[in-house]
Amino acid sequence: MAENLLSIYEALPYLLRGSLVTIGLVGGALALGLTLGIPMAIGQVYGNKYSAGLISFYVWFFRGLPVLVLLFLFYFGLFTVLSLDLSAFTAGILVLGLRSAAYQSQIFRGAMQSIGEGQMLAARSLGMSKAKAAWHIILPQALRISLPGWSNEYSIILKDSAVTYAIGLTEIMTRGKFIATRTFKPMPIFLTCALIFLILTYGGVKLLNLLEKKVRIPGYGTEREGIY
Amino acid sequence: MQKDNTIVLRVEDIYKNYGNVEVLKGVSFEIKKGETKVIIGPSGSGKSTLLRCINQLTIPDKGRIWLENQEVTHTKKNINQFRQKIGMVFQDFNLFDHLNALRNVEIGLIKVRGMGKDEARQKAIEELKQVGLEEQANLYPAQLSGGQKQRVSIARTLAMDPSVILFDEPTSALDPELIGEVLEVIKKLALNGMTMAVVTHEMGFARSVANEVIFMEDGKIIDQGSPRKLFTNPEHARTRKFLSKITELYGRSAEKK
Ligand SMILES: Nc1ncnc2c1ncn2[C@@H]1O[C@H](COP(=O)(O)OP(=O)(O)OP(=O)(O)O)[C@@H](O)[C@H]1O
Ligand SMILES: [Mg+2]
Repeated sequence: MAENLLSIYEALPYLLRGSLVTIGLVGGALALGLTLGIPMAIGQVYGNKYSAGLISFYVWFFRGLPVLVLLFLFYFGLFTVLSLDLSAFTAGILVLGLRSAAYQSQIFRGAMQSIGEGQMLAARSLGMSKAKAAWHIILPQALRISLPGWSNEYSIILKDSAVTYAIGLTEIMTRGKFIATRTFKPMPIFLTCALIFLILTYGGVKLLNLLEKKVRIPGYGTEREGIY
Repeated sequence: MQKDNTIVLRVEDIYKNYGNVEVLKGVSFEIKKGETKVIIGPSGSGKSTLLRCINQLTIPDKGRIWLENQEVTHTKKNINQFRQKIGMVFQDFNLFDHLNALRNVEIGLIKVRGMGKDEARQKAIEELKQVGLEEQANLYPAQLSGGQKQRVSIARTLAMDPSVILFDEPTSALDPELIGEVLEVIKKLALNGMTMAVVTHEMGFARSVANEVIFMEDGKIIDQGSPRKLFTNPEHARTRKFLSKITELYGRSAEKK
């Protein structure tokens, strides 16, 4: 037992540095997914049929493949063919981010479509262009509605990030595996990895809950019941 | 009701079909500066469609709309320029749910007219005062009563300095005890010389405020004239029938005003 604790104690700094990599990877992928996902949702809801069709295809593609297949396809395939000399970290962010964009766009799209058409009508009748109305009126409401779904997306990407082990990214699992094989103590090491993941999931979701509280507006979400 | 003879809004022979349903079958009328026109008619007669055709939220199949001698239909000019000048007040308010009363009023000024933040705020406060809601400036739509919501939506429209305001049954979604405060605001606008078209079932309001009442049925204007003429001596039996029915339905609240 003491021996196990000692090996955890020794491995911990190394694993924690790995969790910084994981955090960077997940943060980068979520940010990329957000910046692509929002315009994609707007394009799908308010764009013409060509933009909507193109986006549907993108979503279909990225949601239709296992993340491991995407990683190999891009990292060993596309990026190599294009002779992009990307680090595993950058490649991981790109692939997880492009994939998350597909999922996030659908979270936002659903939220946008749930907003009554009266909001758009009122905005247009003030003289706002469709794009301005989507950006200033629909999106701020849609993002609030999306927060629970977005928090779910965070915890999914966090867990998916472990597969970047397969392209040699030195995140938590890669490091865990490395130490486990060297010390022959897989159980305590992998338990520690699991614990770090649990803490990251829990902490992230808690933070997003706080954000949800902070941007809450009377009449939205759970408060709606209190008022009506 | 200071009338002057300039025509602010001219509606010329508007037609609109949905599929094979003819909703508007050649509607024409005009509103002079400072005039209040009240439009009445049974459900489904095309009143809302007509108002939406005026600011092109619905594109008519045929006919023209003119605002202050500029053609709104078939224009090369940006429709958003015209929409700023044609205010619209909806039956169910359509306040922006994520913005408080003040921000609802100023957002058009900032994002559409490009006004500076401070100036927009000043103006928004002024408009809220106009409708008696400066105290409620920081409340969100979900925290306002129906009557207050509608008054904020009127302030939001007023802020754009429109040439004409179109009201589509502004009190139909309100509890009876809240109708009065909204009608009061609209009445005040009429007295101050605002040019307006009001679709309503409130006959008392029509009687006391309208310069002219238009009776629509089945996509056409059947009867039109001063409230006195229309209410006491309508040309058509259909108008008479509709009026007696509406008085039955809304009679009491109308008589009180
Ligand atoms: N977008 C649409 N698509 C198809 N039909 C429509 C559409 N909008 C309106 N209509 C039809 O057009 C007719 C006129 O509708 P409109 O809403 O203009 O009537 P209204 O006079 O405003 O009635 P109400 O007093 O009930 O508000 C109705 O038969 C309605 O079903
Ligand atoms: Mg209507």
